[in-house]
Amino acid sequence: MSQLFGYRRPDGRVGVRNHVAILPVDDLSNAVCEAVAHEVPGTIALPHHYGRLQYGDDLELTFRTLIGNGTNPNVAAAVVVCIEPNWARKVADGIAASGKPVEVFSIERFGDLKTLASAARAAQQLLQDASELRREPIERRELLISIKCGESDTTTGLGSCPTVSWVVDHHVRDGGSVIFGETTELTGGEHLIAQRCQDPAVRAAFQGMYDGYIAEIERSHSNLLGSQPTEGNIRGGLSTIEEKALGNIAKTGTVPVVDALEPAVRPTRTGLSFMDSSSAAAEFITLMGAAGAVVHLFPTGQGNIIGNPIVPVIKLTANPITASTMSEHVDLDVSFLLGREYDLDAAGKKLLAIVDRTIGGRLTCAEALGHREFVITKLYRSA
Amino acid sequence: MLGFLVHNEGDHVGVAVEDVNPGKAMAIYMDSHREDAVDVIEAIPLGHKVALADMARDENVIEYGVLVGKTRAAIKRGQLVHVHNMRSARWEASQ
Repeated sequence: MSQLFGYRRPDGRVGVRNHVAILPVDDLSNAVCEAVAHEVPGTIALPHHYGRLQYGDDLELTFRTLIGNGTNPNVAAAVVVCIEPNWARKVADGIAASGKPVEVFSIERFGDLKTLASAARAAQQLLQDASELRREPIERRELLISIKCGESDTTTGLGSCPTVSWVVDHHVRDGGSVIFGETTELTGGEHLIAQRCQDPAVRAAFQGMYDGYIAEIERSHSNLLGSQPTEGNIRGGLSTIEEKALGNIAKTGTVPVVDALEPAVRPTRTGLSFMDSSSAAAEFITLMGAAGAVVHLFPTGQGNIIGNPIVPVIKLTANPITASTMSEHVDLDVSFLLGREYDLDAAGKKLLAIVDRTIGGRLTCAEALGHREFVITKLYRSA
Repeated sequence: MLGFLVHNEGDHVGVAVEDVNPGKAMAIYMDSHREDAVDVIEAIPLGHKVALADMARDENVIEYGVLVGKTRAAIKRGQLVHVHNMRSARWEASQ
């Protein structure tokens, strides 16, 4: 393997991108943040819809999500903007604790235009400073990888998910860490994940999260059948949530599950961790960014086109129709796996090669096409 | 021609790896590498499933060696298996 290079941050974690993030704490601050990113091209705004009148666990999750993404090793520096100064300071302090430069602004008593002028000036300085940071030699195992599939079909379980599985096993055995999740999309195979938990405490935590999520859905006098499998899944040949779940689980490798994490929490154990999370792609990858993932592997069947502003999303498909009709979204075509020679080693090595090129700076399809979906997971309605 | 890949020995369904027309088509088991010639009764589009066994109504459907649903109707070997004749085993219907 040739030497890999990445950005080593003050907290010791390693990133593969060097973004200056313009981070709104609330929906009201989106306009200024997007204006800053427009005035200072090269910075990246992370607009989202929430941050007002949230409370309890839901508010804590929003703070963890914002601070976690600002702290992500793919981010060199951050500008935080909020309507008022206190929550601005709370988020900025959380990010600054990682040792990276943060500037903070609030809009009340200044208005958008004065805030724009001062925040854009700060962003320019941070961008120029970040441009002098250099990639250093790193080991691949220092990188936190996240995995989730989308618009799955039966080719996902046959080809693209097993390819990711190969990389998960390889990365973890090499000393690296991976996060998976999609709590309700384990339905029908949740016992297989429970069996792989490394000890009874992790197993109990995982089972509690799974049972809690299903109970929450059933409390709404509903179940998964209206949405799972999705219309796209059905079009691709998947018939039940259980069948979809088995394909989903086919990407998680064979290594033990070392931890069951609350959403947007950074893993502390080396190896494969589960995170309690929605299966909606934008929410999921935003949570992964908060946990510190720096590369995401995304198997797709029918062609989910998701991206993320700070985590490069690498897409692969084993569906030859998707590979040919949506090639601009497909970083790796593994449809050859559907032939008579099922060579998973070959597919896994191809994916690892794409991962290494992405680490080195190659833009993913989603990055090149400007997919920057950033969505905060909401636990319940705001006050 | 290769028509279907089957995850595990004992599975009731195989997945079409190309559009398969009625007639003879080969299914390969991915765990045992065993080959099985299937008389396909109706067209099975790429990614859709063929029945490898005769199944009665309300019978378990096994794929990946795991329960993935139940039949809504009797299904013959060689028929298409999808949402019209198969449902979740976890929930009967949307509430």
